This record gives sequence, C-alpha cells and structure tokens, in this order.
Amino acid sequence: MSELRETRKEKILSILEKNSVPILFTVFCALGIPLSGYSYGYLGQEIVVRIARNSFLIIALLVPIMAGMGLNFGMTLGAMAGQIGLIFIADWGIVGIPGMILAMIISTPISAFLGWLCGKILNMAKGREMVTSYIIGFFINGVYQLIVLYGMGSVIPIKNPALVLPRGYGIRNTVNLISIRKVLDNLLAIKIFGISIPVATLLVIAALCFFIIWFRKTKLGQDMRAVGQDLEVARAAGIKVEHTRIVSVVLSTILAGYGMIVYLQNIGTLNTYNSHMQIGMFSIAALLVGGATVNRASIGNVFLGVSLFHLMFIVSPTAGKNLIGEAQLGEYFRVFVSYGVITIALVLYEVRKRRDLTRAGRLLAQDQADEVEAKQ
Amino acid sequence: MIKIRQFIHSFGWPRIIIGLFLLSLFILAPFFNVNVATSISDTIVRFGQNGLMVLAMVPMIHSGCGLNFGLPLGIIAGLLGGTLAIEFNFVGPVSFLMAILLATPFAVLFGWGYGKLLNKVKGSEMMIATYVGFSSVAFMCMMWLLLPYDSPTMVWGYAGTGLRTTISTEGFYLHVLTNFLKFRLGETLMVPTGMLLFFALIAFFMWAFLHTKRGTAMTAVGSNPVFARASGIDIDKTRTLSVIMSTWLGAIGILVYQQSFGFIQLYMGPFYMALPAVSAILIGGASVNKASIVNVIVGTFLFQGIVTMTPSVMNSMIHTDMSEVIRIVVSNGMILYALTRKSEATR
Repeated sequence: MSELRETRKEKILSILEKNSVPILFTVFCALGIPLSGYSYGYLGQEIVVRIARNSFLIIALLVPIMAGMGLNFGMTLGAMAGQIGLIFIADWGIVGIPGMILAMIISTPISAFLGWLCGKILNMAKGREMVTSYIIGFFINGVYQLIVLYGMGSVIPIKNPALVLPRGYGIRNTVNLISIRKVLDNLLAIKIFGISIPVATLLVIAALCFFIIWFRKTKLGQDMRAVGQDLEVARAAGIKVEHTRIVSVVLSTILAGYGMIVYLQNIGTLNTYNSHMQIGMFSIAALLVGGATVNRASIGNVFLGVSLFHLMFIVSPTAGKNLIGEAQLGEYFRVFVSYGVITIALVLYEVRKRRDLTRAGRLLAQDQADEVEAKQ
Repeated sequence: MIKIRQFIHSFGWPRIIIGLFLLSLFILAPFFNVNVATSISDTIVRFGQNGLMVLAMVPMIHSGCGLNFGLPLGIIAGLLGGTLAIEFNFVGPVSFLMAILLATPFAVLFGWGYGKLLNKVKGSEMMIATYVGFSSVAFMCMMWLLLPYDSPTMVWGYAGTGLRTTISTEGFYLHVLTNFLKFRLGETLMVPTGMLLFFALIAFFMWAFLHTKRGTAMTAVGSNPVFARASGIDIDKTRTLSVIMSTWLGAIGILVYQQSFGFIQLYMGPFYMALPAVSAILIGGASVNKASIVNVIVGTFLFQGIVTMTPSVMNSMIHTDMSEVIRIVVSNGMILYALTRKSEATR
C-alpha cells in the first residue's frame, strides 16, 4: 500500500536533484583549477573581486522571484538607468563617493519609471513574464540608444567634449569613469593573506542582504510571497495582486540600477552600448548556478553562485588552452555554459513543476484511499 | 464607420501605424532623391532572402508551441548542410540541392529532440525556445572550431583547422536561385524570380499541408488541445511534427538567405536571427497562436520594407542613420504587443 509514499531513496535523490547544478559546477571547477595552473592566491583574489562586483546586481533579482514573477530579465532596464546616471556625473565631473551617490540618485527615478512600465506590461502578460521581460529589455534598449546616441548632446546638454562623439552629439562608445573608479572598493580596503578585500563594498552588499531579509518579514514582503504562491488565493485574501507585482519589479529595477553603478565603479570604464546587454544574462546564470530555481532563491544561492560561476569563468579559457591548445575554445565554452545553465534550469523547473503536480495528486488519491479503507 | 472600426480592431493599431509609416517613407522618398525603384528592388530581394525563415514560424504557431524563438537551431542545421556541401566539393546549383539534402537529416534530428523538449515544458515554450536557440549557437561555436573540416575555402588559412567566421558561397551556390529567370524592369528594378518562385513553392506546400488531415489536426492541437485529445489526436506527436517542420524550414531558409547574401555566417552569426523573423510574422497580422501564409507574406514585406527604406530616407532627410534604433524599437515593440494581448493570454 505504501509504495507510493516517498521512500528514503527518493528523498536523497530529490535532494541531489535539487542541488544538481551547484554539484555539477563544483565538480567542473575542481577539475578545471589544476588544469588552468592558476595559484590559489590568484583565484581567491579574483573571486573576492567578483563577489564585490556582481553580488549587488544578483541580489536585485531576488525580489521578483519572491513575487512569483520568475527571473527578471528586465533587470537590464535598471542597468541602463544606472548608466545614464553615470554618464551625467562623468559629464558634470563629480568625483569619488559623492559622484557615485549622485549617480544613484539620478538613476532612481528613471529606474522607478522603467520598472513601473515593465511591471504594467508584465501584468498584461501573466504566465509568460520571463519571455516578456526579456523582450522588454530589447525594446527599452532601442529607446536607450535613441536617447543616448541621438538625444544626448543635442536635446540633453552634455558639455564635456570627451564624452561626445566627434559629430557633435551622442555619447562615445566608451566612457572613462576614472573619477569614480574603485572609489568604493578602495574606501576601506584591507589585506588578508595577500588578498585585498574591499570591505566597504562588502559592507554595502551586507546591508542590502539585511534589507532583503528584513523586507521578507514586512507586510509587503509577505504579500509578495503570497502572490508568488498563488495569485488567486492572494487576491481572495484581499492583496492587491497587480500592485504588489509592480512594486516588486520597481524595487528590483532600482536595485539593479544601483548594482550596475557598483559594478561599473569596479570596472572603471562604461561600454555605453554594450555593458547592460550582457549583465542580465550573466547575473541570472550566476544565480542559477548557485542552486536557485525560477521560484525559489536565497541569499546563499547568490554568493555560492557568484563564486562557482566566476571560478568557471576565470578557469575555462586557460584550461581550454592547456587541454586542447585553443584559448578561443574556452571562451566559447563559458558562453555555452552560461546559456546552457539557464536552459537546463528553466527546463528542470518546468518538468519538476509538472511532476510535483502529479505527485501531489497521487498522494492525495492515496490518502483518500487510505481513509476509505480505514472506514471499512 | 462601425465597419472601419471593426477592421481597425481586427487588424490592430500597431500594424496600421507600421503600414502608414512605410507608406509615408515611400511617398517621401522621391522628395529626398532616394531612388524608389532601387528601394523596391531591395525590398523584394530581402523579401526573398527572409521569407522562408518567417514561414518557419507558421507550423509551431499552428500547433500551439508559440513563436519559434528557437529558430537558430534550424539555422544551425542549414549551416551544417551548407558547409558539408562545400566540404564535399559540390559546385554550382548541385551544391544548393546537396546543401538542402544534407541539412535535412540534421533538421529532422534537431527538430525531433527540440520538439520532445518542448512537449515537456508546455506553457512556457517561448522562454525555453529562446535559450535552446542561444545555447545551441554557443555549442556550435565550439563545434565549428573542432569539427574536422578541411576544405581550404572554409578553414582558417594559417592554422588549417577551424572554420572561418564568414565563408563565401561564390563558386558554390551563390545566386543559384536569384539568377534563375531573373529579369530587369528599367535600369534599377531587378526581380529575383527564382528566389520568389522557390518561396512561393514552399509556401504553397505549407498551405496545402495545413489543409490536409494532419494539418487540420495540427491547427486543432493549437487552438483547443482538450478538443483535439477528445477527437483522438496524439497531441505530443503532432507538436513534435510541427517543431520538426519549423526547424527544417529554418534550415532551408538560411540556405536561401546565403545564396542571395553571398556568405555563410558561422559562430555568433545566427544568434539574433530569430527576432526579425518573429516580429515580421507578427507585423503581418499573426498572433501568438494564429498565423497564416498571408501573414507571412504581408509581414515579411512590411518588415523588410522598413529595414530597407528607413536608412536611405532617414539618411537623406535628417542626415543621421537612425534606422538601427527604429528597427529595434519597431520589431521588439511588435513582439511585446503580441505577447501582451489579453485575448491570447488565456489559452
């Protein structure tokens, strides 16, 4: 009678399956590190740098997942808003931490508006939020180009000639962010075992983590989780579903804007027309590598994900070169892995969702059968 | 008045705006010394180049798999066919035929696997399709480097291995369709008859197929799966068949594109090729679960018209090339519009 119930073996299998992506990546990195020949000190330093650089952006993804809207491919919107803020402070020549803060302040209303727009559109496309947010990213990229490539310098005054294309309007392909380069990272850098640690950046990220943990417990956070669990039940409970969903996207977009500014202050140069396009994909891939799924992600997933994903990123070109003698192969390999891991995570999520439904149905049927038996 | 409103409602505002935009470009063109005949000729050529890739959307939309964002997978099958035909040293028109023949088994195999995968993820096919397309392109990037091609026209000269990023089809199947029965009207208006005929032929087969028993079954699966199951149609099989057809059409589509364009683009070339095709069919009046051959023809013409006309007219009008931006906004705006239609969201 009890063969339908979960056995211990099934439980272990399901735990293994749930963590299959991080396990796979750990194995891969363990194989790749000796092949690449990098020292552990170098790798440690690189990972610390990349955690500081990318975590903020990835944490921005957590809020819409909480609200059941899946992976927010629309985070590129926030990235664009952040870049617009950076272009302005580069033009006005505001340096250091004040510059960064001002860029964040400028980006906030733009992100909020774009996030609101994105949320509105996503409410019209319930059930396919991910593909819609993905296309919104492309669409707003067109508008961004219109503004930055044609509007800036002609309609929007830009007075620094170093920023403007020779033809007199439009921003150059690369903007030098020397004025804020590594200001946050160097604010409070300490060295431990030869690895320099950007304490200030990590503190900011920690503050954000605490904010997310706190936010989950607020009324709004609880509402979001309810909406994420079941739209109709939440609506019946009197939660303004549409409004909550919009708020979650707005919040995510604003955080993504800040994240982009933190990211670019570490990089030091802004690729005006490319920086934002890749960032969504890399952040999402990193989060998924950390063991997150489309409907569940934690702060732990973020840090595990950044470490494993970027370890793979650092190691694979040289590993590819040493193994097959072709560095280009490693480059392609990491692109393939980034896309592949998103594909696999999406497929696994869908398959698991369907199987859980059938299993829940079977368990329910079993319970009912047991009840009938007990009565007899 | 009511009739007009009904027409506008059924046709959709975005399409009317796009249609009027294109019309105004054609009207404005002569005032800015843009040669209309050349533009029309360019539009027709581009129509022939891209028509089949747009047609590749039709089977999957019919069977309810949504827009085929996974078109790059089909394109890869076509690339394999094309490169293999060159590798085996077929020349002239035969190479085109062989490219199609060699691409077919890959298209069927890829399409079969892709279809099986999409059957497992009913309801969110489009997102998965997008990433299947991306990851297959990225995977093939490695394969183009590693596969043992050695035709000197295709591999990197100094290393002797690994395919080049662009390979010329000259001497192989360059313009084999374009030049077939090609004629000129006046100085500048060139009509690539062969390419258009080929498109018409395949489009006719597609139309005929959709009116056979299997084709009707496919439409039934897309419009009402429960009803289709009740009438004894194997849903998964029908969907898989539609995906195989889409993939194959994508493969043939890229070969037709290459014979006109003149180059095989490998590596990241096919990466964003799905988006123009998707938005073209949507501009033509298709929706996420409804498409016809007319949509394909109208849509491809409108989309390619905009792509050809905006740079030339805009350039002479305001001396800036904003065409790229306009193309991005128009095509992605159209996809967004289609994705957010309420009537189609509840399938």
